Amino acid sequence: MTTPVTSRATNLWRTLAALAWRDTRTTRRRLVLSMSSIAIGVAALVAVDSYSADVVRSIHVQARSLLGADLSVSARRTLPAPALAWLDSLRARGAAETQVTTFSSMAVGGSLAGGGKGTRLVQVRAMGPGAPFYGKIETSPSDKWKELQSGPFAIVDSALLIALDAKIGDTLSLGYERFAIIATLRNVPGDVGVASALGPRVYIPDRYLAATQLLTYGSRAEYETLVRLPSSMDADALVKSHRELFDSLQVRARSVADTERSLTRSIEQLGRFLGLVGLIALLLGGTGVASALRAYMAEKIDAIAVLRCLGASASQVVWMFVIEAAGLGLAGALMGVVLGVGAQLVLPHVLGSFIPVDVAPQLEWRPMLSGLALGTWVGVLFALGPVLGVRNVAPLQVLRRDDDRAQGSSRSAWRDPARIVAALVLAATVVSVCIARADSPTVGLWMSAGVSAAIGAIWVAAIVCARLARRLARFRWSFIVRHGITNVDRPGNQTRAVVLALGFGAFLLGTLAVVQGNLLRQLSSAANASAANLAFFDVQTDQAAPLDSLLRSRDLPVLSQVPIVPMRIAAYQSHKPPLRARGDRRDTSASGAEANRPSWAVRREYRSSYRDSIASSEKLTAGRWWTSDGPDADGVFEISLEQSLAEELGVSVGDTITWDVQGVRIRTRITNLREVEWTRFEPNFFVVFQPAALREAPQSYVMLTRVNDDASRAKVQRDAVLRFPNVSTIDLTLIENAVGTILDRVSLAVRFMALFSVVTGVLVLVSAIAASRRQRVRESVLLKTLGATRSQVVRMLFTEYALLGAIGSVAGILLAVGGGWAAVHFIFKTPFAVTPLSLAAVAAATMLLTVVTGLFAARDVFSETPMTALREV
Amino acid sequence: MLVARELTKSFPSGDRTITVLRDVSFTIADGEFVAIVGPSGSGKTTLLGLLAGLDTPSAGSVLLDGVDLARLSEDARARLRGEKVGFVFQSFQLIPTLTALENVRVPLDLRGDDNALARATDLLARVGLANRTHQYPGRLSGGEQQRVAIARAFVNAPRVLFADEPTGNLDHATGVHIVELLEQLNRDANTTVVIVTHDAELAARARRVIRLSDGLIVEDRVRAA
Repeated sequence: MTTPVTSRATNLWRTLAALAWRDTRTTRRRLVLSMSSIAIGVAALVAVDSYSADVVRSIHVQARSLLGADLSVSARRTLPAPALAWLDSLRARGAAETQVTTFSSMAVGGSLAGGGKGTRLVQVRAMGPGAPFYGKIETSPSDKWKELQSGPFAIVDSALLIALDAKIGDTLSLGYERFAIIATLRNVPGDVGVASALGPRVYIPDRYLAATQLLTYGSRAEYETLVRLPSSMDADALVKSHRELFDSLQVRARSVADTERSLTRSIEQLGRFLGLVGLIALLLGGTGVASALRAYMAEKIDAIAVLRCLGASASQVVWMFVIEAAGLGLAGALMGVVLGVGAQLVLPHVLGSFIPVDVAPQLEWRPMLSGLALGTWVGVLFALGPVLGVRNVAPLQVLRRDDDRAQGSSRSAWRDPARIVAALVLAATVVSVCIARADSPTVGLWMSAGVSAAIGAIWVAAIVCARLARRLARFRWSFIVRHGITNVDRPGNQTRAVVLALGFGAFLLGTLAVVQGNLLRQLSSAANASAANLAFFDVQTDQAAPLDSLLRSRDLPVLSQVPIVPMRIAAYQSHKPPLRARGDRRDTSASGAEANRPSWAVRREYRSSYRDSIASSEKLTAGRWWTSDGPDADGVFEISLEQSLAEELGVSVGDTITWDVQGVRIRTRITNLREVEWTRFEPNFFVVFQPAALREAPQSYVMLTRVNDDASRAKVQRDAVLRFPNVSTIDLTLIENAVGTILDRVSLAVRFMALFSVVTGVLVLVSAIAASRRQRVRESVLLKTLGATRSQVVRMLFTEYALLGAIGSVAGILLAVGGGWAAVHFIFKTPFAVTPLSLAAVAAATMLLTVVTGLFAARDVFSETPMTALREV
Repeated sequence: MLVARELTKSFPSGDRTITVLRDVSFTIADGEFVAIVGPSGSGKTTLLGLLAGLDTPSAGSVLLDGVDLARLSEDARARLRGEKVGFVFQSFQLIPTLTALENVRVPLDLRGDDNALARATDLLARVGLANRTHQYPGRLSGGEQQRVAIARAFVNAPRVLFADEPTGNLDHATGVHIVELLEQLNRDANTTVVIVTHDAELAARARRVIRLSDGLIVEDRVRAA
């Protein structure tokens, strides 16, 4: 039974809710429009989170197919004896195994004897019988996979058929062996779509690998053994318990669970990054809500004063509007959820080429509910500022209006404890959302710092640009232009919210344009300079002289011939402890031993070179280059290390490293450190030796040349591969194409996310115009009464929106130059240049969008007749 | 000269048509000071709107200096207003984002007049606001705002000034001051002044009073000089 007190309270809430509902009666559409700016952020979050959940679920279901086995053991060389012995012990307990060998090579269309049609660098996968144990490789025509093992057959990417001008049934040469192409690949579990951009895949049976004679000295290949375990054995436990053995052998072992963990982790990271954009869009939408509500509350002052006269307390009035804001926030968030589910269906098309699994979208309740809750909550928090302002509306204002007191000046807002609490709760919400989305509180704090920094930077840029724009009004423009400029500062114009949202969109698109422009410029300048554009690698010692003469016989320069010697680190002395293994940080909690695994830099195979001078793509950062050639009295040679590798290993000038070069130990001391410009089209090395150290070691060569026209370049590649089938070529134009393809896919994804911010900007602008409609109509009819023509009114509005768009785009683009510089400098480590054309295009697009949206949303403003001025709008 | 010929204005309202003005005709000579009076709903504001070319009549015509307003496009009427008409409103209708001086300049600025600054400064001085030129409307009292509005109404040296309840939002003393200002400017520039008002005292100061009731002229009286 309810007590009278609780029933009174329930009645009060019911009354407040009813009042709130009635209060919105005439403005419901406009208010829902203001709240829709939140919807876009919610939509982004729901879409990204739902899609990640879809992908993670698919990974879980398909994990076994992705690895193709219960367990995979792989190395950059044939597996060492202890690893083979371990595999034998598994076989004795009922396990089955098969091999997969992966390497790059040249494929020649047609037979060697027939002269060949075309050549193309491909990724060869030699598959043992039964591989993969799980998952189905789909082919076209279908079901050809099971025929692969029955003869010298190949199944290839359809892109290769186009490149070689070949068709199913034709012959393909790899090294000294010919294969009949029996099908093309339709789907390979675990492969991402963009992978083939770097080199089309060619699957052949393992037993014909030796006949190709491709895996000669210095060839790079990955040797993988796939294991199918009896159901009684736990792959994950097996891998964990033998981790130390694998590490000491420099062998990589993965279970299905490992694969699932690492893929899930990557997807969650991608989701986290994209979710950040959604969160920022949500907060930008929130600032739009705050300014729309500020304009709305200003209109409500009379009604509030009347309510206060009729006996409503200040807190009742505040609660009434809080209920209103919550209802509207819920409506906005609901719209967002619906939009988000729609966008979830689009995301596979945008991100699909980076995702290694087939994704079946399904309704994900958790992201939908959390989006709904977060959207409503953020809507209420942003509305609180303007709503709390109405506490100061006195009943007396029915008789005497005092705008300043009603709204509270911005200065008093800073001293108002209730508003400070609201701001703190908002900050706490952002931090908690970030922490909930991150895998550790520290990362969460960094993410929230990033979100605040991004919004703060746009905010500051927007304020500075708006101040500068205001000064424009001082110049002797025509009245129309000056009036348009002053209008940007119109009270209730929500300039800051609009500029923030538009600016952030321009920032994302601008950064993308700058980064893309710089990377492509770097590639094309490398192609245009009188440098090499064709590289031959895996050239054996006895092939170097004939290949050299082949090139010279066609008047092609041999720009350089660089020796390459594969090796591993046997021992090293460091001045600080080695770093943890990068890819295994997630396992740090699993065991102490995991945490102490040596870094990738220690375990990897190095392909080093030797020379007596520093290359033009390098810069000394510490120490000096050697002047002599030969070991010191203790038999120690000098080496030069790339700077970031030295940091990774924790070594510096003076430290020693012992190398294992094909079983021979070579002791070295670091004489200097180098910075390397990796993007140059020439062989670059982590480690360069004194010539005397490696001159006698088994080695292969990379030879560089430049061939200007496409036809000759194709011909020389074909002729070289026909004579030296193990030699591969890299054509710079192919790299450019591959990088172009990948950049296109990445930029599609970034553009899609930027779209959320741009749409938020448009909605904030539309709701800002709706919120200030009364004022705009009043002003435009007044101007018409005073003699303004319709076209003058339109030009004023045009100036206003063009300037608004300009402020937003300039603020966004200034930051984009900064963001682009940071990305190009720190991530891609290449020289930076501003790309004015693409930035101008982004700015023009932002301005155009603002002007078109503004004029469209305000179209009824300039069509009002001047008679309205007399009738009082 | 301002001529109204058989002015009729009707509005559709649901299935019916409401006629707000019926066959209203009169002629106002240059330099006259006319008050249009009548109870609420009698059609005063509608008549003012038609006379000023803010609206078009359903029948009849308005001639300002011999030009039939109904034959002009909306933009041409706007230009004509900019050149020959001034307005003063009950609620002042100043643009809040412009200073007093900028508000006064607007009609001249709209036609690109180079003398806008000098003329606006002069008029603000004549209405007693020489020291308030750079204030925004929000910083001015009601009386000051109406004086800015009057300065704006006279800045383009209009042939006719229309005032809609110019003292309606002001206290008595300020209202009297505003009316004296209008009279003075009417005398000095020989501007025709047409005022719509409820205020009997203000109406009594006009030389001619046109009284409306239910859309018809019920009285058109000229006060003896």
